[in-house]
Amino acid sequence: MCLAIPARIVELLDDAQGVVDLGGVRKQISLELVDGVVIGDYVIVHVGYALSRLDPVEAERTLALFASVELPGGAAA
Amino acid sequence: MKYVDEYRDGSVATQLAAAIAAEADPQRRYAFMEFCGGHTHAISRYGVSDLLPPQVRMIHGPGCPVCVLPIGRIDQAIRLALEHKVTLCAYGDTLRVPASAGMSLLKAKARGGDIRMVYSAADALALARDEPTREVVFFAIGFETTTPPTALVLRQARQLGLRNFLVLCCHVLTPSAIGTILESQEVRQLGTVPIDGFIGPAHVSTVIGSRPYEFFAEEYRKPVVIAGFEPLDVMQAILMLVRQVNEGRCEVENEFTRAVNRDGNLKAQQHVSEVFELRKSFEWRGLGMVPYSALKIRSAYAEWDAERRYALNYQGVADHKACECGAILRGVKKPTDCKLFATVCTPDNPMGSCMVSSEGGCAAHYTYGRFRERVA
Ligand code: SF4
Repeated sequence: MCLAIPARIVELLDDAQGVVDLGGVRKQISLELVDGVVIGDYVIVHVGYALSRLDPVEAERTLALFASVELPGGAAA
Repeated sequence: MKYVDEYRDGSVATQLAAAIAAEADPQRRYAFMEFCGGHTHAISRYGVSDLLPPQVRMIHGPGCPVCVLPIGRIDQAIRLALEHKVTLCAYGDTLRVPASAGMSLLKAKARGGDIRMVYSAADALALARDEPTREVVFFAIGFETTTPPTALVLRQARQLGLRNFLVLCCHVLTPSAIGTILESQEVRQLGTVPIDGFIGPAHVSTVIGSRPYEFFAEEYRKPVVIAGFEPLDVMQAILMLVRQVNEGRCEVENEFTRAVNRDGNLKAQQHVSEVFELRKSFEWRGLGMVPYSALKIRSAYAEWDAERRYALNYQGVADHKACECGAILRGVKKPTDCKLFATVCTPDNPMGSCMVSSEGGCAAHYTYGRFRERVA
């Protein structure tokens, strides 16, 4: 029940509710636990509530970290 | 899908595997525990263990909320439905967990209990609001990720003055479980279950932040790397742990910076501390009674506390004799060490809780493990 994937906010509704797109599936979720979410943001959704917002800059940085792994022999990939 | 596919790239996984193999010293053994069921699931599903060199071993931890739910708590929920005739709302995963006397919530439903599967705590609250003649109890389980939503619905119930909504609170805390594993006799006995480091939970850490793990790194001299749930996240975290071990460092590092910071979600933490307080002790399946490891509802919210309203006392119940869930949850045994694994105990007919949820060690190994190919 901990499994959840990042979902994109496509609509903001009243009462701190929002609609997310999960790979083509739209779902209404609660945004009560996160502040200042705007349309286009990605959030981590768990049991119907957004728990945190994904930071696009940090996401890029992590991908760059994967790519910078030193291969045996010393050459960076 | 964005933020998913790029963290599952097979060629990058191969590179990370090569880097782990190159940096892990063949003369030593590395045993890392992934605490969280989401990681157990990712490791099994993507075959991460198969990409690791033989000296690096992953141990499944107790971070699957369904797996650590003790029989006595499910018995309470069943009693509420069958004896007190409430409408019991539960997360889907809890329905098949084996309870006492061959029961489960699903079987209680077949016997006439009004048991509903809900996706979120808000669904349970909505049911109580829409049907005021029903007494609705939300069976609240889980770690720090499901606790803030439960806190929110309790606050809303109080604001709305809803008297027919109650919560059976079984929320548990991640840091206490990690502490218990490190304090456990078997784990302390050097050589029995050496744990050289932890992969810290992804979603739990979005809520509590990385700060609570600093204590473990320091006090127990164990490295912790918080990681996201995608396979590349897990592999990168393993590489970071190997490096910490090689360099003799015991630090908290964060691989999941795109969602986790040091402080966590302060708003969520505030809701939780307003509604809940620590329990002196709580039983975990597999870990036994763990002091200060769970939450109870504060007296300001006593009217919405199912345990108080129905004076439910707690009765511990032992697991099936042959079930090794307890040892598996502490990392002492593997699913295949259990005699019942894949014979008597399968996901369709679980004997122990580790076989129920796809995040449980036994179920993950059954579904994705190489063992399947062997029997096929
Ligand atoms: S295989 Fe079944 S009975 Fe054995 S440890 Fe796992 S859950 Fe328990």
